[in-house]
Amino acid sequence: MSKTKAIAADAVEENGGLKARRFVAYLVLIILSFLCLIWFYILFINATRSNGELGRGFQAYPSTYAAKNFVGMLHSTQPILRGMMNSLLVAGLSAALCTYFSTMTAYAIHAYRFKGREAILTFILAIMMIPTQVSALGFVQLMTKMKLMNTYLPLIIPSIAAPATFFYMKQYMDSVLSISLVEAARIDGAGEFMIFNNIVLPLMKPAIAVQAIFTFVASWNNYFTPALILKDENMKTLPVLIAELRSADFLKFDMGIVYMTIAFSIFPVIIVYLILSKNILKGDPI
Amino acid sequence: MKKTSKVMEYNRWGYIFLIPFFVVFVVFQLIPLISTIYNSFFENFKSGLKQIGPNFVGFGNYVKILSNPDLWKYFGNTMIMWIIGFIPQIIVSLLLAAWFTDPSLRLKGQRFFKTVIYLPNLIMASAFAMLFFTLFSDNGPINSMLMQMGFLPEPFKFFSSVVATRNLVGFMNFIMWFGNTTILLMAGMMGIDQALFEAAEVDGATPNQIFYKITLPLLRPILVYVLITSLIGGLQMFDVPQILTNGTGDPARSTMTTIMWLNKHLFSKNYGMGGALSVLIFIVTGILSILVFQLTGKEQTN
Repeated sequence: MSKTKAIAADAVEENGGLKARRFVAYLVLIILSFLCLIWFYILFINATRSNGELGRGFQAYPSTYAAKNFVGMLHSTQPILRGMMNSLLVAGLSAALCTYFSTMTAYAIHAYRFKGREAILTFILAIMMIPTQVSALGFVQLMTKMKLMNTYLPLIIPSIAAPATFFYMKQYMDSVLSISLVEAARIDGAGEFMIFNNIVLPLMKPAIAVQAIFTFVASWNNYFTPALILKDENMKTLPVLIAELRSADFLKFDMGIVYMTIAFSIFPVIIVYLILSKNILKGDPI
Repeated sequence: MKKTSKVMEYNRWGYIFLIPFFVVFVVFQLIPLISTIYNSFFENFKSGLKQIGPNFVGFGNYVKILSNPDLWKYFGNTMIMWIIGFIPQIIVSLLLAAWFTDPSLRLKGQRFFKTVIYLPNLIMASAFAMLFFTLFSDNGPINSMLMQMGFLPEPFKFFSSVVATRNLVGFMNFIMWFGNTTILLMAGMMGIDQALFEAAEVDGATPNQIFYKITLPLLRPILVYVLITSLIGGLQMFDVPQILTNGTGDPARSTMTTIMWLNKHLFSKNYGMGGALSVLIFIVTGILSILVFQLTGKEQTN
């Protein structure tokens, strides 16, 4: 009798403890979510307000100047819309080339048994961590010699050799592609290149989608290399234009337009992310 | 006999499919890296309008740069700002990952919270830094908010204060990376055998005991992995302080990172010193990468 009572008391206490822990967990999660989102909320609010309103202090609700700020941004001294097109072009092509050729590299290692295969795999993994910044000096010199400065090729082509994407593709391929499938296709008389394009690539679609998003975002956000390569105002990508905005004496600018410009470079990624977040979080790399 | 030769012929395609990767790697990464190292042995810069060099100086650039107090100052700045971001990052990520994977807690809205905390990781760092610069500027919204609420009598000059500017950089790094680390640690925690937790619970272990005695020790390899990869990322810190301070690293060069300094050398075309600095960063990252590599290698063989 007393034993059952003790167990019941235990259960009550445990339940109370659980409730308290759950409360703390929710509280911390809500605070963190607030810390993650508040900046974008203020950005959104401020992008809808006029320069005069912004000068009068902070308000927590949106105003009516969004369209005006947007038009002002389009006619500002910086080619923001052009910058967005440039960013789209560079990031889109990088994502396409990176996923296609990383899958191809993964397929070479996965499907074929050739001399030096193990060594090549180790080598690719070893170069994964080399930061792009350490070879930037030689990179800029070489691009100058190759007359590729102020073009998009130095920003797009290097994405073909992406060890991290290769590694992800290889892991995924190990779990979905059996060699017997490849052998069956060979018996049907398909060529190796055709097998890759018509059988392997469709099988890899989920992995390609995830990596395409990550490569796109990384390229879209990249500032270091584009700042070194792109000199012509009309060639610049969004991050380079944002940096330019910072170095201008922008406090003399219309602040509504400044906020609209920042919003314009941040919100497209947020929208795409919210649509695709299910896949991104499930297939997080590494 | 015929069959083997056919297989051999197939396997030759392995090399063919590797061609794009290696051609691009050699042209866009290997040759630039080698020529960066080559440059580091030459004196080669512009002094006013006069071009000095290139003259071979051996390890002269390295001696010069290693004895330059600026190098240590900027390296120290980088490490301080990395630590300011990393300590809350690892603590918060551990907590969140433990909560998300705790079946007895049954947290609702997990997908919403995961989506939100991962979001800042995808934001353009330069635009995020520009946003923080406008928000925290002398007459920006943060100051006016604090004044409207009566916390401040007059605007606080965030970007004239060493402590405030460094903390802002660290805070932004924290906000941008804790979601990513949480997802990584969650994967590690879900990999732990559930039977261990059940056995501990049957033995009457408290949630705290389970966390410190089971979760944390078993998580050690992945924690070390997170630490080192984050340190490698920290050494590359550039976008946020560069945009936030307009490349000056002010106040008093207290937020100037090593990569920002490298960037300055690249723009002023001081190829000798820039090369030596690149090689030093390369060596440090190389050593750290070898540590990661050995760690993950051990994991895979287990």
